[in-house]
Amino acid sequence: MTAELINWILGGLSIGSALMVVFSKHPIRSVLYLIVTFFLVSGLYIMMNAQFLAIVNIIVYAGAIMVLFLFVLMLLNLNKATEPKTPLLVMLSSVGAAGIFVLVLIAALKDSFIQKSGQVAGNLNAGMVENLGELLFKKYIVPFEISSILFIASMVGAVLLAKREKPIID
Amino acid sequence: MDTALLIEKLVLVVVLFLVSLGIAAYSTYFERKLAAWIQDRVGPDRAGPFGILQPIADGVKMFMKEDFTPKNADRWLFILGPGIAMFTALITSSIVPWGTDLYLFGRTIVLQVADFNIGILFVFGTISIGVYGIMIGGWASNNKYSLYGAIRASSQMISYELAMGISAITIIMMSGSLGLTDIVKSQHGMNWNIFYQPVCFLVFFICALAETNRAPFDLPECESELIGGYHTEYSSMKLGLFLFAEYVSMFVSAAIISILFFGGYNFPGMDHFSGNTLALLSVLVFFAKIFFFIFVIMWIRWTIPRFRFDQLMHLGWKVLIPIAIINLMLTGIVIAFHEGWFLN
Repeated sequence: MTAELINWILGGLSIGSALMVVFSKHPIRSVLYLIVTFFLVSGLYIMMNAQFLAIVNIIVYAGAIMVLFLFVLMLLNLNKATEPKTPLLVMLSSVGAAGIFVLVLIAALKDSFIQKSGQVAGNLNAGMVENLGELLFKKYIVPFEISSILFIASMVGAVLLAKREKPIID
Repeated sequence: MDTALLIEKLVLVVVLFLVSLGIAAYSTYFERKLAAWIQDRVGPDRAGPFGILQPIADGVKMFMKEDFTPKNADRWLFILGPGIAMFTALITSSIVPWGTDLYLFGRTIVLQVADFNIGILFVFGTISIGVYGIMIGGWASNNKYSLYGAIRASSQMISYELAMGISAITIIMMSGSLGLTDIVKSQHGMNWNIFYQPVCFLVFFICALAETNRAPFDLPECESELIGGYHTEYSSMKLGLFLFAEYVSMFVSAAIISILFFGGYNFPGMDHFSGNTLALLSVLVFFAKIFFFIFVIMWIRWTIPRFRFDQLMHLGWKVLIPIAIINLMLTGIVIAFHEGWFLN
């Protein structure tokens, strides 16, 4: 089965590049591997017939957010000498926290339904734009609008923070 | 998998690839001739009659030059930069509908490589990836001018993507579909979007100039301040790929502009033709429109001086985005009226 094979290859590659994000010595390399990971995850979305989600993932995450990440890293020009030293206790506790997170994820996903053929369960066209739009603007209209208000609030906050304070003249 | 379909698409891909590269190559020649004409000079006239072999001579020159990598550059990323730039420029043409259906060997051949139902979003996806070619190339050169050029380019592209996206949403609302095929079909005959959305077209066109880094928005490679911008350290065919990618993306953006606003392959009186004649005519009409927009883009380059960077940001954020949003809201209200929302 070709689809299953492609799924396995995409999945393996995305796990591999996600690991490279963590193991890369250079921060810029890490960000580039993260971008590659987003692309591979988008590939998985396409295999599940969710084209809209795939392309939005690329536009928003790979195309906009990661560019800002790269921006900051390129300007900071991080290297070995400027890297802050992390105490052993902090490192150990972060490993512990990550482990607990993995445990929670496994516990949450262990009962999820996995199809044998590597395809989506249920409606094959669930990820198409039309169906997604119907769902978002009819069934889930209230959460959708609330999250858009959240976005506006954060945008206003960002503009407020970025604006230079005017000198107060008495 | 249908083997005939596979062969058909493969042939289409190869033809598209060659046509894109050919048009890009001759755009360089055409641009120099046009510049010469506007500035009352002769332009390239040594290679062949009227200098018609100039692009080939340029290509050979690019390959023959020394390929130099700076000592402190990041070697792999230095190679990857121009590759990404060229790749993203070329891949966009895969979703463009080039003409009406062709009938050959008892088969209906669709003159489009892939008809996604998210067509226009794919264009925006490739645009937003296109930033990486410049950013990675500029950073990997390990040169401050390259880095400044890269940062300018990416901040410019991100800023103008917003206004571009909003004006594209207006067109999506008009046609009711994200697919480029449907957008073209909704403008049948002379029913082009430009007559309904002239403001939207202006915003989109300005943004397209900024996205392809064409003058008057060519600040990333502004010689007087940044030497060569992001490709300062590049030489030989790596530089060639960067320069060439600009011309390929100019060709593709001319195609997208004519699809969104000028009816793509539609032309008045197309109902009088049918079958292969119509297909051939529609492809010719589409290419005529593309060449016209390539000409306009070049004409602008040799007419208007370059912006200052703060003017560029001001235009993008404080002029184009508000205009695009107001236009979007007005269009929404008119469409709602048309659908009869306010009647009862």
